Amino acid sequence: MELDIEFLSRLQFAFTIMFHYIFPPFSIGMGLLLVIYETLYYVTRKKIYESITRFWIKIFAANFSIGVATGIVMEFEFGTNWATYSRFVGDIFGSPLAAEGIFAFFLESGFLAILLFGWNRVKPGMHLFATCMVAFGSMMSAFWIVVANSWQQTPVAYELAVTADGYTRAVITDFWGVVFNPSSMVRFFHVIVGSWIQGAFLIMSVAAYFIIKKRDLEFAYRSFSLALIVAATAALIQPAIGHYHAQVVGEYQPAKLAAFEGLYETQKAAPLSIIGWTDPEEQATYGIEIPGLLSFLLYGDFEAEVKGLDQIKKEDWPPVAQVFQTYHLMVALGMFFILLTLLSLFLLFRKKLFDKTWLMKLYVPLVVLPVIANQAGWVSAERGRQPWIVQDLLRTSDGLSKSVTAPEVLISLILFFIVYTLLFFVWLYVLDREIKHGPEDHVHGPETYHHREERIDPLSKLIK
Amino acid sequence: MDFNVIWYILIGLLLVGYAILDGFDLGVGILHLFSKGDHNRRIMLNSIGPVWDGNEVWLITAGGALFAAFPEVYATAFSGFYLPFMLLLIALIFRAVSIEFRSKEPSKRWRSTWDTSFGMASMIAAILFGIAIGNVVMGFAIGSDKVYQGTFFDLITPYTILTGFFNLSMFTMHGAIYLNLKTEGALQNQVKGWIRSSYIIFVIMFAITTAATLYLRPEMVANFSFGLIELPGAYHALVAEHHTLISILAWFIVLLNLLSIANIPRTLAKDKPMQTFISSACTMGAIIGLFALGIFPNMMISSLSPEFNLDIYNGASSGYTLRTMFFVAIWGLPFVLGYTSLIYWTYRGKTKLNESSY
Repeated sequence: MELDIEFLSRLQFAFTIMFHYIFPPFSIGMGLLLVIYETLYYVTRKKIYESITRFWIKIFAANFSIGVATGIVMEFEFGTNWATYSRFVGDIFGSPLAAEGIFAFFLESGFLAILLFGWNRVKPGMHLFATCMVAFGSMMSAFWIVVANSWQQTPVAYELAVTADGYTRAVITDFWGVVFNPSSMVRFFHVIVGSWIQGAFLIMSVAAYFIIKKRDLEFAYRSFSLALIVAATAALIQPAIGHYHAQVVGEYQPAKLAAFEGLYETQKAAPLSIIGWTDPEEQATYGIEIPGLLSFLLYGDFEAEVKGLDQIKKEDWPPVAQVFQTYHLMVALGMFFILLTLLSLFLLFRKKLFDKTWLMKLYVPLVVLPVIANQAGWVSAERGRQPWIVQDLLRTSDGLSKSVTAPEVLISLILFFIVYTLLFFVWLYVLDREIKHGPEDHVHGPETYHHREERIDPLSKLIK
Repeated sequence: MDFNVIWYILIGLLLVGYAILDGFDLGVGILHLFSKGDHNRRIMLNSIGPVWDGNEVWLITAGGALFAAFPEVYATAFSGFYLPFMLLLIALIFRAVSIEFRSKEPSKRWRSTWDTSFGMASMIAAILFGIAIGNVVMGFAIGSDKVYQGTFFDLITPYTILTGFFNLSMFTMHGAIYLNLKTEGALQNQVKGWIRSSYIIFVIMFAITTAATLYLRPEMVANFSFGLIELPGAYHALVAEHHTLISILAWFIVLLNLLSIANIPRTLAKDKPMQTFISSACTMGAIIGLFALGIFPNMMISSLSPEFNLDIYNGASSGYTLRTMFFVAIWGLPFVLGYTSLIYWTYRGKTKLNESSY
């Protein structure tokens, strides 16, 4: 059998990045909550917040280390598997990667050392500062990666230049133009808010487990309530960002937008598809649609014309069915998060939330849903850009390394598959142990000076 | 000096920073295999616990900087070095998770499994870095289209295996010298023994590698020759005009290298661990400096024809990118040095175990 190097390289990139992308959103989301917990600890000096902060730091560390370890793979793969692409965009794409190293990784890794090992070694204020810096660094890291990715989606501020060897490459004309390309900021906020939801759901899942088991209840109530407030806020903001994002996609990547909605014909008063399925062979989309709403959302006018796939050459179509389904899955999950968190918030303020055992049992497995939503969003964004690796400039099939053979890619793919499967189970095992072990009561030892006085506690009114 | 030269120096500095910093924690990983008892192993692990992650960032940033400043070199090297780099990635992943997960479970089997994986991964990474450098010295089969024409097996030659093990001996010695700073009592005595044996192996390997390099690649000393030996390949006005300056710099580094190697046993005997560490760091910096000056202004040498060499001009980004990224780097560098010093200052002194330790 002839091995297809393009297929294998794409599969390897998809596999390694999807695996990697499980972890950074947890780190970003938990990072924000760590800052909140530790600030509460710093202000109130209540012992319970120390337990909360230190327990979640342990869970955070397990995620973070896998995220870091699997992240280097991406940076290597551009050169190893996509060398022709790297030559084409190196002038532009390498810069945000270098900036990520200089501005984000050093910050994160430096202060991570204090976050993980510094509790008894530095003063509480310094520790809180380190936590803030790690949380900020993880967002900066996301920023530069999203910038690099967004330039591929909406390339601007470049010109095409012919090298001395006679091939064309993209050359940067305006650095800040590349950084703030049309889709980078909106995509960045979309990713960050999605990460907040994912991180908050992990905390709610574990806290709900404690509540069901009726152990460490005060710890679990407080952890859960704050995570819920973050999740609900993020879930409510997300549709607004998503809406604006879709407008940008509609303007710059009409093929992707048409695939999102399964829109084959250019039409006025285009409908918004709520749920359904699409058949690219038949060029038809079935399901529940709201007439005119897509036109309105994109252009503020129910009658506006929306470009369909008929305006795009068939060889430039993305894989419509996959893009449509993953996009709809993401949107549906986003709506579900709003409903669920609002209901939970309502119950929290009525002081009935933690009595609803069924709801707590629901929250335990639900942590997988934000993971799925984030992955689905990523897949729809990346598959929606195909067959282009850089929109309208370079095809994915033209970006491959010329010196790498298919068996080499197959070997590395199998290696990654084995290692990542192993890693995943070790990660689950370690998390499971940490969770079963539970928070510790940190009252003894040299850190007692942290609790000299306890001050007001804003959360106690919420929790009975 | 143009921005191409500045970026060559900056990436060189990032690699020196990487070698010195991650060099000692890879060395600690290698020595981990030789240590006995859970307490000693935990001390060693925790001596690098707060810093190894930041040390590795130097490599990631060097990779990103290479991509930004010399994309052709990045693309040719990474695709040409496909399988070794994949092995390196797997080794780095295993190392990272071994450190993180080893102490999560008291069971002996759990810990010894992660100990083995930590040690082996550190060893493999150290050898692979050496093999990579050896190949850069010997040259790659780079064609006219800047693409590597060889196979995986062309990368593994007696010379590159030699440089692989040379690097292993250097990192091991450096790791032992670092541990001398961080340990006390019986363990420190054992560490001192490791320094002595690894120093002897290192000096022997250094002599063999130097001799082999001069024999196989006499043009590596072109930049040391005050213009007497011409560098093969494209004529570079910059190198030709400044050959005196470059040669003086090169001989200065040779001197630094010899002095710092000789200073290691001297400071060890006088029991000045910090000075031993600085000597070892200078040794590594000098060796990388000699290597960098040996190939300058080339970055990758083609074994097919000197015309196909990738140098700091035909492998570089546009002038605009080099200039912009230079200012980005200049802005970032003080912060980087700031965090790094803060962390090393916070965790100064002998390693002690406590409840947040691994």
